[in-house]
Amino acid sequence: MPRFTLSRRALGAAALATAARPAFAQGAGGTIRIGELNSYSRMAAFAVPYRNAMQQAQDEVNAAGGVMGGRRIEFVFRDDGATPGDAVRVAEELLTRENVAFLAGTFLSNVGLAVSDFANQRRRLFLATEPLTDALTMAQGNRYTWRLRPSTFMQTRMLVEAIRGRNVRRWAIVAPNYEYGQSAAANFKRLLPAAIPGAEIVAEQFPALGRIDAGATVGALGRSRPDGIFNVLFGPDLTAFVREGNTRGLFERRTVVSLLTGEPEYLIPLGEETPEGWIVTGYPWDQVTGMPAHQPFVDAYRARFNDTPRKGSLLGYVTVQVIANLLNRANTLDNEALINTLADLRTDTVVGPVAMRGIDHQGTMGTWVGETTVRDRQGAMRNARYADGADYMFSAEEVRAARRPA
Amino acid sequence: MEWDFLLIQALSGLASASSLFVIASGLTIVFGVTRIVNFAHGSFYMLGAYAAVTIVPWLLEFDRSPALFFAGVLVSALVVGVLGVVMEVTLLRRIYRVPELFQLLATFGVVLIVQDLVLLIWGPMDITGPRAPGLRHAVLILDQRFPAYELFLIFVGPAVLALLWLLMHRTRFGVLIRAATQDREMVGALGVNQAMLFTGTLFLGAALAGLGGALQIPRVSANPQMDLSIIAEAFVVTVIGGMGSVPGAFLAALLIGQLQAFGVLVFPKITLVLVFLLMAVVLVVKPWGLLGKPEAAAGRAVLPEGIIDPKRLDRASQALIVVALAAVLALPLLDAYAVKVGTEVLILALAAFSLNFLVGNGGIVSFGHAAYFGLGAYGAGLLVVRAGAPMEAALAAAPFVAGAFAALFGFFVVRLSGIYLAMLTLAFAQIAYAVVFQWVEVTGGDNGLVGVWPSRWAASREVYHHLVAACCVVAIVALRRVIHAPFGATLRAARDSAQRADATGVDVRTHRWLAFTLAGSAAGLAGGLYAFSKGSIDPTLLGIPMSVDFLSMLLLGGIQSVLGPIAGAAAFHAVKDFFMPLTDHWRLFLGLSIIAMVLVFPRGLAGFWAGLRRRPA
Repeated sequence: MPRFTLSRRALGAAALATAARPAFAQGAGGTIRIGELNSYSRMAAFAVPYRNAMQQAQDEVNAAGGVMGGRRIEFVFRDDGATPGDAVRVAEELLTRENVAFLAGTFLSNVGLAVSDFANQRRRLFLATEPLTDALTMAQGNRYTWRLRPSTFMQTRMLVEAIRGRNVRRWAIVAPNYEYGQSAAANFKRLLPAAIPGAEIVAEQFPALGRIDAGATVGALGRSRPDGIFNVLFGPDLTAFVREGNTRGLFERRTVVSLLTGEPEYLIPLGEETPEGWIVTGYPWDQVTGMPAHQPFVDAYRARFNDTPRKGSLLGYVTVQVIANLLNRANTLDNEALINTLADLRTDTVVGPVAMRGIDHQGTMGTWVGETTVRDRQGAMRNARYADGADYMFSAEEVRAARRPA
Repeated sequence: MEWDFLLIQALSGLASASSLFVIASGLTIVFGVTRIVNFAHGSFYMLGAYAAVTIVPWLLEFDRSPALFFAGVLVSALVVGVLGVVMEVTLLRRIYRVPELFQLLATFGVVLIVQDLVLLIWGPMDITGPRAPGLRHAVLILDQRFPAYELFLIFVGPAVLALLWLLMHRTRFGVLIRAATQDREMVGALGVNQAMLFTGTLFLGAALAGLGGALQIPRVSANPQMDLSIIAEAFVVTVIGGMGSVPGAFLAALLIGQLQAFGVLVFPKITLVLVFLLMAVVLVVKPWGLLGKPEAAAGRAVLPEGIIDPKRLDRASQALIVVALAAVLALPLLDAYAVKVGTEVLILALAAFSLNFLVGNGGIVSFGHAAYFGLGAYGAGLLVVRAGAPMEAALAAAPFVAGAFAALFGFFVVRLSGIYLAMLTLAFAQIAYAVVFQWVEVTGGDNGLVGVWPSRWAASREVYHHLVAACCVVAIVALRRVIHAPFGATLRAARDSAQRADATGVDVRTHRWLAFTLAGSAAGLAGGLYAFSKGSIDPTLLGIPMSVDFLSMLLLGGIQSVLGPIAGAAAFHAVKDFFMPLTDHWRLFLGLSIIAMVLVFPRGLAGFWAGLRRRPA
């Protein structure tokens, strides 16, 4: 749905144009402002539902009396330009001009890492939401950076657990040629031997992101005669790959394991071409069970935005719930105190309890693992179950080995 | 050998080649006639796909017949052709008299606008179109399944080639297109209505791009990123084939299709750069592409584009510079964020100035200047992160690292001229980008490296701002000095007529090579300063968008002026920084601003200023 947004704040900023504005004091009793930067323009399919749900959650928190004993929260949304250079400037603007208490958001991994290092330099909390790279909480982790969403490693591990013990030995990997694809492939190769003894990788394909030559890639994968395929492609690459693979019969009698494919963002475009029986991570929002708070969230979202929730929506909503809980517990905007409170903070969210693990700053929010199917000519998931992130994290030894001492 | 597999793979390559050719043929025809480097060609391709996923399903509601499917595809192509006419009549026609390069800026504005219009009209979700009725199945070839639709696509390319041949050789319009491609001035002198010819050419070019996009809908989903993913490849095809040569584009598309189909088998990770490697090799061996010819007008005296006479500054301009300099130094009095933006403007101004040293003064149009900016940033950043060097040493090294690469690449670049030179700089930039992107162990891959922060004494925004101001002003003044020096004058002579300069004893190639190296070093210094202002380095610093930004800045400022690019950098960055926080659709407003400035200041900001000065009081 096309939506043209020009926020009131933005118009205010326009009116003041280049004139210097006095910084709003974040004094006692005032509204608490939080900076949210994301690729609203470049990654609109994810980021707009994400922002919708954040606004929904923000309004609900404020309607219920705010945080820290009656203070309102307000998210200041900014486009990060989808490049690290723009993102760091925007982060600077949020801190200096908009006087936000701390930062949240980002989509791309390189943007997330650049903002994380910037936050570390400025000693401000940065709650990364969408970047999936393991480096954010491992090798390049720092005191000020935390991440909510399950990382590449965690999601790959969930999928590998789902195929544990199957008699599928010859594997082919297809992944987009950038960090997310490369590290998902590396994680898969690392985890596979323990799950399926004797398994081997017989082919690897790394098409350039957004520029897959689907025919050639499908041909190259088929030649290696694999029993199973691990797919990391998403978006337009995935659609092209699936169509080509369906027509050429690449997926017949093969086990296909695929990251993120069950998320509505990527499942909806596949439509009736959605392949049957792929094992995927995703978000079957209409089949969630055992989470009493989830259905009210979905109902309110659909009523307000006249659209079904996406994975981004869920993430945005949970982010605000964690932030509200953090502010209530810390009862201060002092960033050092906030970070101390955030360590091992448990929040009851719409997906159940989520903790921010203290040793690696990784949230235990999970995701759903299930199989793809076609229902009413639309892509859907079946047999989905919620995989709690807490069960799939890096071990404490691995974290200690990877993270520099704080 | 698995012959059956190799055959199927070759057929896949042919199908891709065919699609690529349909798109590239439009680009090459438009360039041949109008000499416009049409960045918006990718946007027309995207619009073709979006038009088709809208029109075709609607038609198939009536009857799921192949005829209606292809009728829908053709209608989409025609709709896009009309959009091409709209662009020509409302925008390009108004700026045919300004330097050719300037039109590139206008088409870049169109790219930005179309990106956001597509989001506004069709929404952000990818839209998967219907498959072609009657061609959904696979055909068995040597016991291997091959999609019937791709078999069909294989024949589309030659069919389009044949139709274009008929058009070119059997119609008056085609004869005029060929004539204009060979010698545009002569066609004009013979009384051909150029406006009609250009409008017709833009229609043909845009319709071919639209056809290419519409034919893709049974294979890929219409998505908002497809414009940029195709445009670089389409340029590569037209350049390898020879700009303006339709058969050349066909040959090049075949070559690239097969290269990709078999390349993924041998080097599954190298697809990012394979086509650019091929382009670099072809251009080094055959400077005008496979079937291209040197421009007929190359030897003729043309009105030079760029800095003609670097006059001394008049009083008013001097006053303006003093005020601007004082404002830059006084920024810390304003607020912290203004300092941050001011720092970036200074850095970008140096990069744009160094580019104009090549473009405006030397006539060496570089489409890959960001490579040297980025390599300077990586040189500085890697020294800090990997070798633990202090900021001062890293900053001093940045121009040398970038300069070394500029010397290496420039050695090949300066052998060419015009658009081929520009495309070779682009190819080298993409190769550098791919190396930085793939060499994860050293460069950190696309995640980049973090922790590139200034030394303690320069850590505050204000001190770093003044450090940047000092470096940039010194570098700009030095480069300006070179422009005024005999070396600069020699470069201008070589730009205006390489033969005459050669005849007077100037070693044109060596002069250009030195200029390329010097400009690369200056960009490298800017890149180093940029890295320390951001704290991180990543491959986007070397990317095509960054190069296009630099070009936009200097065109906005005016390539005829020595100091114009500085104003251009300030204006471009300020406009972007102004619109980005306001709305998700900042690209729309940035594009509109660019086009507005192109129309209002057709000779750039500096040209406008000079016009004010000349006006009698």
